[in-house]
Amino acid sequence: MTRKQRRLTMIVAALAVLAIALGLVLVAMRDNIVFFYSPAEIVAKDVKPGTRLRLGGLVKEGSVEKGEGRFVSFIVSDGNGEVRVRYTGLLPDLFREGQGIVAEGVLEDAKSFRADSVLAKHDENYMPREVADSLKKQGHWQVDQKTTGK
Amino acid sequence: MIVEVGHYALVLAFALCLVQMVGPMWGSLTRDRALMAIAAPVSIMQFLLIALSFAALTYAYLVSDFSVLNVVENSHSQKPLIYKISGVWGNHEGSMLLWVLTLALFGALVALRAKRMPEDMAATALSVQSWVLGAFLLFVLLTSNPFARIASPPMEGRDLNPLLQDPGLAIHPPLLYLGYVGLSITFSFAAAALIHGRIDAQWARWVRPWTLIAWMFLTVGISMGSYWAYYTLGWGGFWFWDPVENASLMPWLAATALLHSALVMEKRDALKVWTILLAILAFSLSLLGAFLVRSGVLTSVHSFASDPQRGVFILLILVFFIGGSLALFALRVQSLKQGGIFAPISREGALVFNNLLLTTSCATVLVGTLYPLALEAVTGDKISVGPPFFNLTFGPLFVPIFMAMPIGQLLAWKRGDVLGATQRLAFVIGLAVIVGLMLAWVRGEPVLAVLFAALAAYVIAGSFVEIWSRVTAAGYDIGLMWRRAVGLPLSSWGTAIAHAGAGVTLFGLAATGWGVERIAGMKPGDNVDLGPYVVTLDDVQRRPGPNYIETAAFMTIREGGVVVGRLEPSRKFYAHRSMTTTEAGLRTIDLGQVHIVIPEQNSDGSLDVRLYWKPYVTLIWIGSIFMFIGGGVSLADRRLRVGFARRPSRKDAPAAQPSAAE
Repeated sequence: MTRKQRRLTMIVAALAVLAIALGLVLVAMRDNIVFFYSPAEIVAKDVKPGTRLRLGGLVKEGSVEKGEGRFVSFIVSDGNGEVRVRYTGLLPDLFREGQGIVAEGVLEDAKSFRADSVLAKHDENYMPREVADSLKKQGHWQVDQKTTGK
Repeated sequence: MIVEVGHYALVLAFALCLVQMVGPMWGSLTRDRALMAIAAPVSIMQFLLIALSFAALTYAYLVSDFSVLNVVENSHSQKPLIYKISGVWGNHEGSMLLWVLTLALFGALVALRAKRMPEDMAATALSVQSWVLGAFLLFVLLTSNPFARIASPPMEGRDLNPLLQDPGLAIHPPLLYLGYVGLSITFSFAAAALIHGRIDAQWARWVRPWTLIAWMFLTVGISMGSYWAYYTLGWGGFWFWDPVENASLMPWLAATALLHSALVMEKRDALKVWTILLAILAFSLSLLGAFLVRSGVLTSVHSFASDPQRGVFILLILVFFIGGSLALFALRVQSLKQGGIFAPISREGALVFNNLLLTTSCATVLVGTLYPLALEAVTGDKISVGPPFFNLTFGPLFVPIFMAMPIGQLLAWKRGDVLGATQRLAFVIGLAVIVGLMLAWVRGEPVLAVLFAALAAYVIAGSFVEIWSRVTAAGYDIGLMWRRAVGLPLSSWGTAIAHAGAGVTLFGLAATGWGVERIAGMKPGDNVDLGPYVVTLDDVQRRPGPNYIETAAFMTIREGGVVVGRLEPSRKFYAHRSMTTTEAGLRTIDLGQVHIVIPEQNSDGSLDVRLYWKPYVTLIWIGSIFMFIGGGVSLADRRLRVGFARRPSRKDAPAAQPSAAE
């Protein structure tokens, strides 16, 4: 091979790998990215039922109902909107009424949500950042709640 | 008083940095030997001062000096001794002190070996290292002073975050920092090479051992962190594609690429521009990681208390060093003499392929990590990029790396023979197929697990083909083979062991496909089937610990009625922080593990227990230990060879300077 051909081979190989990587990233971006919404944003942005999303907010006091097996239902609120979440499975240890959580799952309609995972905060200082931001935006932020934590 | 000494030592170290930033750099440019000569002793002094400062903070923790804010916030007088020590770096300020200590340590180590390098290169590299060190010392002193006192000391501290009260904290951060921060030294060498325009095979010879050290510690650091998360976070997983995990994976990928490209530079005097760029990028990714972890821009288990001021400061450091080094690179790259272009099918061609895939996979991780930040900044939409994204992008790029690994080892420099290499691998490929078929028969579905396990077997066996053929070249007599094996260069052994280690890790990852997961409501006396085992809950007890109350479940694992092990998963409640941690019950059986986590007790007294059976899971971490050992073996060889090169290089060290201009 001449010098030119060798260089060309290298460049073609590099471009091929980059193209494959780019393709993979684009495909993965299309199918595997989940948007975060608060209950009020679901209404405001008119999110379509059937969309997969992450829902965040506070668990409304007195809204937790346990059902058969490990079925549980509760209301997530951000002060300006409420969505009822249905979930079957183990709740995280720090799941409490009045605390911030993030649920991932599918929106059934603007007021109901089927979750397949529920995340809670790690310790008493920590709140999922998205939840803290959206609470700030809705004007329900209390000074003693901090997003610090580890 | 001791605390003030620590603070003062830190300020002094910063003052020395100011001297070091200018003196040796100026000396190296003006050929002033006296100025260059200060570099090594000053670097060692910096290290001693920061070590003193670190010791002072450790002392404050040991005696529970609650007049120091940092101790109040992160310690408690009843905390066990080991957590008093490891608690020093279990918080933002203390971990920054560990960071600067590691920076200074690498500077001092280079200083001790500076005589083996041309004066001007050593002086400039140490000077650049002091620029980095100075920037971070300033950051510590201005925004994160661990020695700050409080006016009215409380009687008791607020205790360390219970999640961190674990032996993992004593091991994971120091190892990780040795790796993360160790890359700073290759960065300093790269900057020095650019400043002096001396980028040659010799440079690669100096830099490769340092890269190797950083890479070794980064490997085990990441791996230990993953094991820690595995047994303490209670999700049964070991890698979550958490942004902060990615922040450590990216420098690892870049360092792995650098390790291989420096080899090409050393042996063939090619890929020079690329290697320098990689050296800069690897440390830049470390800095990016530091920014992501400490600025609070990401949600993560690792996020420290966020403070916008700190974020901005680190961002400035980031911009200064990445921007500065890339500008220097752009300025100098024209004047670099291009190395040879070589045949695509050759050892160096294979190493280029490796670099191409490693850097591309690194780029996909970067995209996945930063895309949510970028999108939120531009559109305000909040998204999460989870494991599916990374599995889909990162996985396919890593498969060819594993496939090429044994082939690359068998290709000759300059002109290789893929067909010949594949023929020599025929036996190994056959072996991998047999392993795959056996696993398919014994373990069955999923197909992907079988395929990856077979690939792993191919990598492990293939790593040793080169050694095997060299050992048996003179016949199959045991004594002769032993003598030949001992006579092989250690770097060959190192490569083989490290590559096999990667294969071992891959096998562990593949085997996760055969794992069994159960969630069961259990009361004392209940049995649950878990893969080949039956797990019995014998009893649940509450018992007090030094600074927590523990609820422990006593469980027995039986196989065919025979007891194979006992487990005690527990939950610890820490009253000082009103926080609970999960201690998974782990029992290693062969190479797999039974992993059991108990959540809170239900109102009816039963427990919703999570049980996992993970065959071969320990191989994931064992593989990283092999990689570490492989690196160490290779390093032992390098030291010998650097020693060889020393005699001529010392003699013509003055003469080497004019040759730099060629």
